[in-house]
Amino acid sequence: MAPTPPDDHASDRRNLDWYVDRGMRWIVTVGGVSAIVFIIGIFAFVTREGFPFLFDGFEAGEFFGSPAWRPTSEPNPTYGALALIAGTASVTGLAVLSAVPFSLGAAIYIAEFATGRTREVLKVLVELLAAIPSVVWGFIGLSMMNPLIIAIFDVPVGLNVLNAGLILGLMAAPIMTTIAEDALKAVPDAYREAGEAMGATRWQVTMRVVLPAAKNGLMAAVLLGVGRGFGETMAVLMASGHSINLPTSPFDSVRALTATIAAELGETAVGSEHYQALFTLGMLLFAVTFSINLAADLFVRGVRRG
Amino acid sequence: MVDAAPQPKVKVSVKDLAIQYGGKAALSGVNLEIREHEIFGIIGPAGSGKTSFLRVLNRMDEMTTGMTFTGTVAIDGRDVRAWRNLYALRSRIGVVFPLPVGLPLSIYDNVALSPRLRGIRSASDLDEIVERCLRRAALWDEVKDRLQSLGSLLSGGQQQRLTIARALSQEPELLLLDEFSIAVDPVTTMKIEDVLKELRSEMTIVLVTNLVQQARRLADRTAFFLSGAFVEVGKTEDLFTGPVTDPRTREYVEGRFG
Repeated sequence: MAPTPPDDHASDRRNLDWYVDRGMRWIVTVGGVSAIVFIIGIFAFVTREGFPFLFDGFEAGEFFGSPAWRPTSEPNPTYGALALIAGTASVTGLAVLSAVPFSLGAAIYIAEFATGRTREVLKVLVELLAAIPSVVWGFIGLSMMNPLIIAIFDVPVGLNVLNAGLILGLMAAPIMTTIAEDALKAVPDAYREAGEAMGATRWQVTMRVVLPAAKNGLMAAVLLGVGRGFGETMAVLMASGHSINLPTSPFDSVRALTATIAAELGETAVGSEHYQALFTLGMLLFAVTFSINLAADLFVRGVRRG
Repeated sequence: MVDAAPQPKVKVSVKDLAIQYGGKAALSGVNLEIREHEIFGIIGPAGSGKTSFLRVLNRMDEMTTGMTFTGTVAIDGRDVRAWRNLYALRSRIGVVFPLPVGLPLSIYDNVALSPRLRGIRSASDLDEIVERCLRRAALWDEVKDRLQSLGSLLSGGQQQRLTIARALSQEPELLLLDEFSIAVDPVTTMKIEDVLKELRSEMTIVLVTNLVQQARRLADRTAFFLSGAFVEVGKTEDLFTGPVTDPRTREYVEGRFG
């Protein structure tokens, strides 16, 4: 007769490891879900505060078509956001124009040409650059760029699209560089080696093999830089001049959407039309930055799918 | 007959070659000559320095941190270290790596890359080169209807043939194959082997292989490396049936160790 097999059920016990696993699962799930809760909560709050205005004082033609933002004018306040949209767009546009060449150049240098210690030091420096608080950048715009622009271009005021655009470009560049560099590093070294083994120069390999392979990630880097510029408030408030204008040249002062909200919200009565109009600006900002980030995310997914 | 045969031209001459990685010896004491229009086999177990040897031939040591070499390696009598433009040297040498590297470009662009870098612009010339190289690599029939799809999406065996096509598009004088059949099925391997035999009339081929029978089928002469040391070089058939200078060679080709 065969010996009785040992009782295997003895080891089937929910031990400490099992409970730790359950507990940690639960905790990280709460962490993950909270991101969703927060984003929906913020969206709901902004919408609720701005919503009444959409049905009452809001006229799409005026909001998107008129540059007259006169929320405090009595008895007929006007809520034309065109100048604010144009202010944000012009500053962000100039920021992207100035940041993209520098960032891509820096990313290509760090990922493809720099070696050893140089690369490590540069990466750390770029990341440090990204950590500079925006008010410091605003300070630089106000106290350094301002006199510089006045002196170089012989204009009366140096707080304008040019100033804010360059400051924003400097702020966005480190982020773009870091993300672009990640995208380039994600291209396998085997491609570089194969390219160089066939006699292509490092530059030819970069242009013909690495950049095409990394193009989605690079696009995402640029978009996230744009998103950064769009949402930036303090530095733009300080460097743009903060005056309502439809800019016709880089030397015009402008006012950004974000800066308008930051400067005016504290002055308004909660629930007033002005207050609600500011939240409507907030909804617009939210929608734009959300779309930009979503687009960037889709581009990155494009990379993963190959 | 030996006296009557014209002395074959030497393509690659290697004297006292020793290779180190970060000061640690990887291969040493290599003295051999590779003759023009021959298939030169290199056999030896993993870690014997075969790949390192290939890397020196087209100066890939320069892209590998810590890799250095001493001794002389001359191609057509010119020391590879004397080249001031390594890219020009490398463009004359085609390399096929053990794991296929289909560049993340279309199949067409993979093969057209090297001709384009040489300055060939005409679409009809490029079409002609792409078709010829893909045909020779036994890949044309499988990909001719999807030349614009990504080369990196091909199967492993197809990618390997794509890299062979790409190497051929360089119109190399010297073709270095590093265990090309690792990722290729036996039928395709045979097809490629037939191609290599034909290519011998146009170029010199160095074939690093783990398969001693592959060396026996293809190589005119073969060198045996063992644990970082050059053991011997001779006519391939001699390593199998003729006189060998080192008994370990015979043991290796007969599969008695390694």
